Amino acid sequence: MALALPKETYSGKVYSVTIGTGPGALTFGGENVLPFHTFEGSSPNSPVIAYEIQDVPPDDWPEEVKKPYKDVSHNPVSWAKFCQETLKAKAIALRLTGTHPDRENRSPEDAAKTVRDVISATDLPLIILGSNHTEKDASVLISAAEAAKDRNCIIGKAQEANYKTIAAAAMANNHKLIAMSELDINLSKQLNILISQMGFDKERIITDPMCSALGYGLEYTYSVMERIRLAALTQNDSTMQQPMLGDVGMYVWKVKETQAAESDVPQWGSLEERGIAWEATTAMALLMAGTELLIMRHPTAINAVEKVIGELT
Amino acid sequence: MALTGVEIFKLLPKTNCKKCGFPTCLAFAMKLAQRQASLDACPDVSEEAKQKLSDASAPPVRPITFGAGDRAVKLGEETVLFRHDKRFVNPCAFALEVKDTLSEAEIQKKIEEVLNSEIDRVGQKLKIDAIALLNESNSAGTFDSAAKVIAATAPHIPVILCSADPQAVEAAVKSFADKKPIIYGVNTENAEVMTGIAKTYKATLGLKASASGGLDELCGLTEKVKALGVEDMVMDSGARKAKEILEHNTLIRRAAVKKNFKPLGYPVITFAQREDSLLEALIASVGVAKYSSIIVLSSIEKWKNLSLFTLRQNIYTDPQVPMQVEQKIYKIGDPNPESPLMITTNFSLTYFIVSGEIENSRVPGYLAVMDCEGLSVLTAWAAGKFTASKIAQFIKESGIESNIKHRELIIPGYVSILSGALEDKLEGWKITVGPREANGLPAFLKSKAA
Repeated sequence: MALALPKETYSGKVYSVTIGTGPGALTFGGENVLPFHTFEGSSPNSPVIAYEIQDVPPDDWPEEVKKPYKDVSHNPVSWAKFCQETLKAKAIALRLTGTHPDRENRSPEDAAKTVRDVISATDLPLIILGSNHTEKDASVLISAAEAAKDRNCIIGKAQEANYKTIAAAAMANNHKLIAMSELDINLSKQLNILISQMGFDKERIITDPMCSALGYGLEYTYSVMERIRLAALTQNDSTMQQPMLGDVGMYVWKVKETQAAESDVPQWGSLEERGIAWEATTAMALLMAGTELLIMRHPTAINAVEKVIGELT
Repeated sequence: MALTGVEIFKLLPKTNCKKCGFPTCLAFAMKLAQRQASLDACPDVSEEAKQKLSDASAPPVRPITFGAGDRAVKLGEETVLFRHDKRFVNPCAFALEVKDTLSEAEIQKKIEEVLNSEIDRVGQKLKIDAIALLNESNSAGTFDSAAKVIAATAPHIPVILCSADPQAVEAAVKSFADKKPIIYGVNTENAEVMTGIAKTYKATLGLKASASGGLDELCGLTEKVKALGVEDMVMDSGARKAKEILEHNTLIRRAAVKKNFKPLGYPVITFAQREDSLLEALIASVGVAKYSSIIVLSSIEKWKNLSLFTLRQNIYTDPQVPMQVEQKIYKIGDPNPESPLMITTNFSLTYFIVSGEIENSRVPGYLAVMDCEGLSVLTAWAAGKFTASKIAQFIKESGIESNIKHRELIIPGYVSILSGALEDKLEGWKITVGPREANGLPAFLKSKAA
């Protein structure tokens, strides 16, 4: 029996999104096939991994992922420079954790200053994230978006409760926008529609269907992403053709597999390597499901995932 | 491709004799199409129809049993490309490579690692399933001695004998007769001899296409081996780089599932060995997500196993059946007798999110997780599984009363309606309504603790 290779062609295509300005600008998305299926279509851009840094020292990060940044993380500027110069980061994700009312409760003005400081220290494409407090994020991200005006950043995350203000701020200052919903393909589609109904260009949206860590609901994120990508390609649904974000580091580095000492759980093996593998494996699975943009923390995990991305393209 | 009910109906006697237990042949045909009935129930079906139907009803990826006894692993039987369509059936097996050039002591050590690899995770026992013995020495005698060490030390572990040399294979396979080993290394040159050996020792054959031959060569090989009389096979397309593994595995699964293309309807074996162990874990992850049935690893550190086992468990979970966690009182942080007690249901995602937010609050506490058949809070309440009397019974029987000094139970905000009834059922208890969403817990717990 002769083999006719069962290749697929799809009617739809993922939007390609460019972030940053000047020589460091990056483009991701743009493929008309399932992840890395270059044997049957075109996948012009590789997924991008952004190094996560934050506006306040990472007291809330576990030891193993604090370590690589211990000399620089007291200050977002030195942290960003370290990522660019020493770790050769291609993009940076600045999380304004300190603005959360339960944390340092920093003001929108403080946040704007941090953003300005980081921007003047690095020319890498920047993702600017709030503290995931829907009310506070609305005011913080307005100031942050203004502070980064025309730098073509990604601002996020806009959720159902606050998307109007955040999308307006991103639009007014020429940024891209992360639209986040909670693990449901229909909610994700609906939020994209609501945001584009405001006049926000749907080709400037990045979808975050909500991340989960390996072993903690990863299969839900995985399948929602696969279904979103299939809808984009097979149904040519323009409300599902946005590139997808996997906000991996934040979810991975709070589960017990990345924190429990080997003396407490000898059957789990070395803590350092376990944490790194947990983050890298989570990222790898989401890449297989269709994410084009990852936010990660541990340099060793990022390097390994980048190597495999290189091997896949 | 599976036949439709009407297509099956055409092959049945159409006598409506009811001997199958269904009122009509058409009703029976519909059940057959849904795989809810077996053709054996029809006493009058013709041999020709039987043949056609059994061909059509066979799973697109042939089922293979690898190994024997308690540690036997089932491979294949897959029916879909995406896990959201239907559960992936048989989780991939992980095998540790053992080179026959190692000393006996080193081989013993590798076997010990495999035997000690078991980890319990959310109620499932996960482990390295098999050993792949590599004929690195190119000597039949050395291969045989190493096989004997494995057979003597770990007689229950399924084994893959990797050698293209029929002499070496024939010597070594005797140690695993009747244990359904896999003989890997079958190529165009040795296929006839290898098939003969497999028949004698009831082994599964592992076919290896050359790197340049790829899927075409593989099809030719499976057809050749099948014609020689062996149908239990696993296939290696020669893919080693991540890109080829993804491409070949995808095309193979598509050909089998969507085209019912029999020459590629066998489980895939993937060799993921790499110098760098973390990189190896990631290459193996590609195989876990994308259709490998056996993945061969060069090392099995505990940290790596934990990641790979968990990924395999996640990918092979039934998407239609909610993942559940065990009913019990979970301690979060290091709670003392004054720490708050909260309750939620045992849907795994609910548990992960709620326990994660309690951890974020840094307020130690007790989380009572009640068995509601894996439903989330609102759904469980609506289905009558998360009711005041059931909660009261669970709290009383849990024994938590002896661990805490207070008598206050925090319930999810979505079921605030239960608070009155609960105070009636749980005498002496104060019921406090918590936030509706888990992300409200840190603020809620902190303000309570203040």
